[in-house]
Amino acid sequence: MAEQLLSVGIDVGTTTSQLIFSRLTIANSASSFSVPKLEIAQREILFESDISFTPLLNACTIDASGLREIVAAAYKKAGIHPEQVETGAVIITGETARKENARTVLQALAEFAGDFVVATAGPELESILAAKGAGADRYAAETGKTVLHMDIGGGTSNLAVYDENGLVDAGCLNVGGRLLKIENSKITYVSPVLEGLVSLSLGETATEEKLRPLIRLLTDTLEQAAGLQPETKLLRRLTTSKTVKLPPKPFTISFSGGVAQAMLERPANPFAFGDIGALLARAILDSRLCKGEHRISPSPIRATVIGAGCHSTTLSGSTVFLRRLQYPIKNLPVCQLNPKLPLAAQMRQKAAAFEENVIFSLPGRREIGFDQVVELAKELQVGFTGKAAFIALEQDCAKALGQCLALLLPENTPILCLDGLTLEDGAYLDVARPLAEGAVPVIIKTLVLPTATK
Amino acid sequence: MNQDELKTLVAQLLREIAPETEPAVKASEYHPTVVVDERHGNPTDTGAVLEDISEIDLRKQYLVENPKDAAKFMALKTKTPARLGVGRAGPRYKTVTALRFRADHAAAQDSVFSEVPESFAKENGLVPVKTMCKDKDEYLTRPDLGRKFDEETAKTIAAALPKAPKVQLVIGDGLSSAAIEANAMDCAKAIEQGLKTYGISLGKTLYVQYCRVGAGDAVGDITDCEVVCVLVGERPGLVTAESMSAYITYKPHAGISESARTVVSNIHKQGTQAVEAGAHIASLLHTILEKRASGVALLREAGA
Repeated sequence: MAEQLLSVGIDVGTTTSQLIFSRLTIANSASSFSVPKLEIAQREILFESDISFTPLLNACTIDASGLREIVAAAYKKAGIHPEQVETGAVIITGETARKENARTVLQALAEFAGDFVVATAGPELESILAAKGAGADRYAAETGKTVLHMDIGGGTSNLAVYDENGLVDAGCLNVGGRLLKIENSKITYVSPVLEGLVSLSLGETATEEKLRPLIRLLTDTLEQAAGLQPETKLLRRLTTSKTVKLPPKPFTISFSGGVAQAMLERPANPFAFGDIGALLARAILDSRLCKGEHRISPSPIRATVIGAGCHSTTLSGSTVFLRRLQYPIKNLPVCQLNPKLPLAAQMRQKAAAFEENVIFSLPGRREIGFDQVVELAKELQVGFTGKAAFIALEQDCAKALGQCLALLLPENTPILCLDGLTLEDGAYLDVARPLAEGAVPVIIKTLVLPTATK
Repeated sequence: MNQDELKTLVAQLLREIAPETEPAVKASEYHPTVVVDERHGNPTDTGAVLEDISEIDLRKQYLVENPKDAAKFMALKTKTPARLGVGRAGPRYKTVTALRFRADHAAAQDSVFSEVPESFAKENGLVPVKTMCKDKDEYLTRPDLGRKFDEETAKTIAAALPKAPKVQLVIGDGLSSAAIEANAMDCAKAIEQGLKTYGISLGKTLYVQYCRVGAGDAVGDITDCEVVCVLVGERPGLVTAESMSAYITYKPHAGISESARTVVSNIHKQGTQAVEAGAHIASLLHTILEKRASGVALLREAGA
């Protein structure tokens, strides 16, 4: 008996916006004589929207209604109603995330898209979703190679390092194909991130010759991030939040994003997309990035949206404890606890920074006996000060711990006790309706929007 | 394939690999001829101790010579306790593999033949009883007696346990005493706590020596409990000797069909840990009480 979830992914990027619907199939990998162990066994893409330009009202404002129309048209074309959608994520990326109305547009779109569609943003999350959508994680796991994945879009390049055991590091650079816009051979937009780096002004005629120093600067930045030339202050200057720490052993470079699409298609017109994407693609192909072992992911321009649609949902462990909850539960800030220090004091201190209910996260795995579970529950009981008791553990003991808390806490206290999850400070957790066999679909996300550009 | 067929198959396999027939030469009668090399004189005892091969973590032991990618194979080996990468194909194992196999087999047998200490029931506040088997040998050869109590024992049980409880918990040694010592109490306490969250309280728990799963049916007849849950040591395998199962039966009575049982198996350190298994069993018991069915009937109920 396989349960399925209909998932949506919406990517609102610097240059383009797109949407996919996918079907996640949940399977129990344990035998019928054991405690269930649910996993997402299959991720199947059902529908891919057209790739539309992200509509803007002006340089600092997203055209919210235009964007909503694009999304609504895609739902209509796919024949899917928002009520049918059970999970998924809207991600706002690159330069679009810097627009003044990014947050409101994002929230509105998530609400429109479905009951449990989650609004996400944040350079590192974007990098992870893009790398997963491009299959860089699976490539690393299957080949045993280490991979540096670069998702090069319009406004940013999202970097992620994967080895066979999973994610090593993620980062983001302000390198993209749409940092400069060109219409009728005239420069019509220069991204503020390039301020002080180039002497190009609006209205100036664009020629390949004139843009060469800028293109060079961008490929230099990527080469520096990949360790292919010595790091200069240029890399720091064009880093969004942080760049990745490179692995000591040799690695394969893998590409996705709109610019990688142009690396595949190699358009003859240097200003094919009304920006510098085609030129940047050509320069990357000629650079040191493509001299060593490298690969371009299949359907590179869709990597981020596939990541948002197919890889944003994860499952908790299959034995959990839930009491008096209403789903979905959205935007729970994570407070990670240090298991080596007294818990109750940490809990009170960390939760004080938030007005809303938080979810505490307790990392670490070890064998745990019944008496230790009771001890842990008593410690947590002292620490819970809010109206609800929410906790996520790494160790598989959530059901026993939750039952223990249920007997300790007042009967009307809502309890959410999950395991199999590793949550860190700064993350947020969204919790969907639990599956029939016990596991709970969750989305671990960040919501980091850079300061709006003026 | 059901649990019993599986057990029969495993038993058969074990017999084929390590036959129980009398060896052609008995160990006590075996006097190897020591060939003394004239040049080096008599062999001497150097006092060195051989490595204990049963201490080696099989998931980390890789015996292939000149492998193409040892790291990758080792990564695969962490996912299974199976004896992979033994460096040989076919029936001729390396000496270390053959010895380890026999050592594990011996540990499995030890676990069957050793007893749960008498203090176990007392320390944990259990009511200790024995089935009609008089010793381990009879227990192994007469499964039918492992499911029954004599009249006197039945009276003891009736006196010590509550009458017609919703749930009666039974712990039995079964085929592995090690499994019971390692897991039973953690699991039982978690079951008791979990049931409390559903407002169900447990009376005293029974401890049955020389216990087969069917002993729970006899307990059903004596106490008239609605559901019986038997925690019993599983027949030890070559991976772990500490695996425990829970057999849950709704309205148990002697002669009830095996298809009426709901099983949670593989309760041990590398499988499902005892505490979390107990929490799961508690909610399973609640479901069984609600649906008034266990085993195949419960699955039908869930499917409907």
